[in-house]
Amino acid sequence: MSELTKYTISIYTENNVGLLNRISAIFLKRHIDFLSFSTSQSEIPDVFRFIIVVSMTESGVRKIVQQIEKQIDVIKAFYHTDEETIFQESALYKVKSSSLFEERQIQNMIKDSHANIVTVSPEYFVIEKTGFRDETEELRVALTPFGLLQFVRSGRISITKEKMGISEILNSFKQQNKD
Amino acid sequence: MENQKKNPISGAEAIIRCLLEEGVELIYGYPGGAIMPIYDELYKYSDNLTHILTRHEQGATHSAQGYARTSGKVGVAMATSGPGATNLVTGIADAQIDSTPMVCITGQVASHLLGSDAFQETDIIGISTPVTKWNYQITKASEIPEIMAKAFYIARSGRPGPVLIDITKDAQFELFDFSYEKCKGVRSYVPLPSLDTKQVTAAAELINKAKRPMIIWGQGVILGKAEEEFKAFVETSGIPAVWTILGLSALPTKHPLNFGMVGMHGNYGPNVLTNACDVLIAVGMRFDDRVTGNLETYAKQATVVHLEIDPAEISKNVKAHFPVLGSCKESLPQLTRLVKHQEYADWKQLFADHMAIEIKEVINGDTLPTKEGLTMGEVIVGINKCTKGDAVIVTDVGQHQMIACRYAEFVRSKSNVTSGGLGTMGFALPAAIGAKMGAPDREVVAIIGDGGYQMTIQELGTIFQNKTAVKIVVLNNDYLGMVRQWQQLFFDKRYASTEMTNPDFVTIAKGYHIDAQRVSKREDLDQAIETMIASDKPYFLEVCVEKEANVFPMIPTGASVSDIRLK
Repeated sequence: MSELTKYTISIYTENNVGLLNRISAIFLKRHIDFLSFSTSQSEIPDVFRFIIVVSMTESGVRKIVQQIEKQIDVIKAFYHTDEETIFQESALYKVKSSSLFEERQIQNMIKDSHANIVTVSPEYFVIEKTGFRDETEELRVALTPFGLLQFVRSGRISITKEKMGISEILNSFKQQNKD
Repeated sequence: MENQKKNPISGAEAIIRCLLEEGVELIYGYPGGAIMPIYDELYKYSDNLTHILTRHEQGATHSAQGYARTSGKVGVAMATSGPGATNLVTGIADAQIDSTPMVCITGQVASHLLGSDAFQETDIIGISTPVTKWNYQITKASEIPEIMAKAFYIARSGRPGPVLIDITKDAQFELFDFSYEKCKGVRSYVPLPSLDTKQVTAAAELINKAKRPMIIWGQGVILGKAEEEFKAFVETSGIPAVWTILGLSALPTKHPLNFGMVGMHGNYGPNVLTNACDVLIAVGMRFDDRVTGNLETYAKQATVVHLEIDPAEISKNVKAHFPVLGSCKESLPQLTRLVKHQEYADWKQLFADHMAIEIKEVINGDTLPTKEGLTMGEVIVGINKCTKGDAVIVTDVGQHQMIACRYAEFVRSKSNVTSGGLGTMGFALPAAIGAKMGAPDREVVAIIGDGGYQMTIQELGTIFQNKTAVKIVVLNNDYLGMVRQWQQLFFDKRYASTEMTNPDFVTIAKGYHIDAQRVSKREDLDQAIETMIASDKPYFLEVCVEKEANVFPMIPTGASVSDIRLK
């Protein structure tokens, strides 16, 4: 058995109801879990980008990306190691307001971790922190003793160091159709 | 075009007009509540479009598959929502794994009811997603022309496959201005990867240096309509060629360079020598596990050239040292121009030596039996004699399928219709209906086991109603024979739930007014086959064969191809 590595899969797609189901079915069929998942508009109008993090062998991730790319509404799919991408996650922390005023430590924690206070109300306040997994995790652990009311972390968002060339693919299609 | 715009038509009529625009002449289906507007239009268009009412929606998909496989056109199946739609799923999965072009149209509850658990509502888009090449739910009539054009384009282009279009009932009623334009491309879809000439040159150099090259061809040759190109490549190079079950009939059985079948019940030489060849040239095939046996010991000594249209198949199971992407219709002629003819006499002698062993150990017993019980093999040989190898042979799944594929002779392509990848019992009877309608001038013989036959036996009604002149041969051993064989070999003869108490099949066929005969003695066999083939009507022949016969050679699951057993 080859070694498992964390890979970030980036998928450029058309916007089509049901495409998420189609993509996740490819993972389900092979009994592979997402470590994280996120989707948003990409740099190109009407083109969406899925970011999926998985722990797989290189050969496994290559084959799964081939299967994803084979789907009709998928424009292009890539996989990258952490070293090949710039990536972040966002986390939100809801804490009782009383702790903010009573515990000086919390204020230092927020300052030291470069977190932002998003909102403050008489009952609670919400902190936002963007960074690597260990950074958002460190703050979660630190805040827990003060009564963390809610915590949520986003899926990874990631941008590659190399060029993706999606516009070129779409332009070449336009060109072909003119010919 | 202009006058079309002035008269709004319903979504239901638009569906029919789209089918006609795509050249569809024949569809298979079963009506129901959520698709009634379309059936109402079918009634009006019955002069232009024939609808075959199958007796079950699964039958509609297999008929559409059989039609696609012999005609080379897209098969069309139609069903209502809910159970109608879910009954299509087996046929869709079968078409997906065997790359059969098919468009399925399902009715759906009205869009305002979607998600309300309405009567006969089911999420067929969700259910069919993993087994379709593409699927789409139409909720507005105006979407119909573009989506239908796209559906046919996707189903037939590149590596073909099934597409399902689900249409809500309100979209079928809705009026709109219809105009149709054929789909010429989808920007996120590359059906035909461009051919890399450098790869072809490199592959040709490798092939020219080979001492023991072997070609394995698959259905890609047939789907790519590249039979002539393939034959030219084989003859120019002089390389021994062997086939996968779905590649069968692309090259005539008696072609001097056709050396037989690979895979679990394939021929002895092709399997053993897969692990002796120095260059393995795979043409339009996907290294299914039934072909490769244990991958760890599969052709490790060989340099692999893989001609393949689907990039996802490259190095999926077997590493391709020289992948040649593209349609083999394009790549084969380029390769043919560059390869030098060689005799490979010693190498071919090895195939002959192995064949001599197989004839002695297996084939003689199968085809020239001396024991009392009838063998499946002698039935196939009898059919060969009578049809001169020019029939379309439709098989189900199991022992009879392996025997038929091993012994049936073919002189023409698109003559072998079987459920390969999915192994769908119940496939053959409905598929034979479609196969006959897709090639009405040809003799179509369905060879079916007693188990699979009873899974879709109701399609006798379709045959009777349409007077479809298919010849049905049931090889009856009162067992689910292949499972019984495995139980004998690997489960200490514990025949769990494989013995069948069968009805009187002849009486059942006669109940559908189909001429029928039963044979259980060798001396009656040839005459029975002759009578069946001579008939210009549907005909049913039951042959009672030896109950506990086994199919050999056999590569046990997980074993190496070179460890194929002769007994």
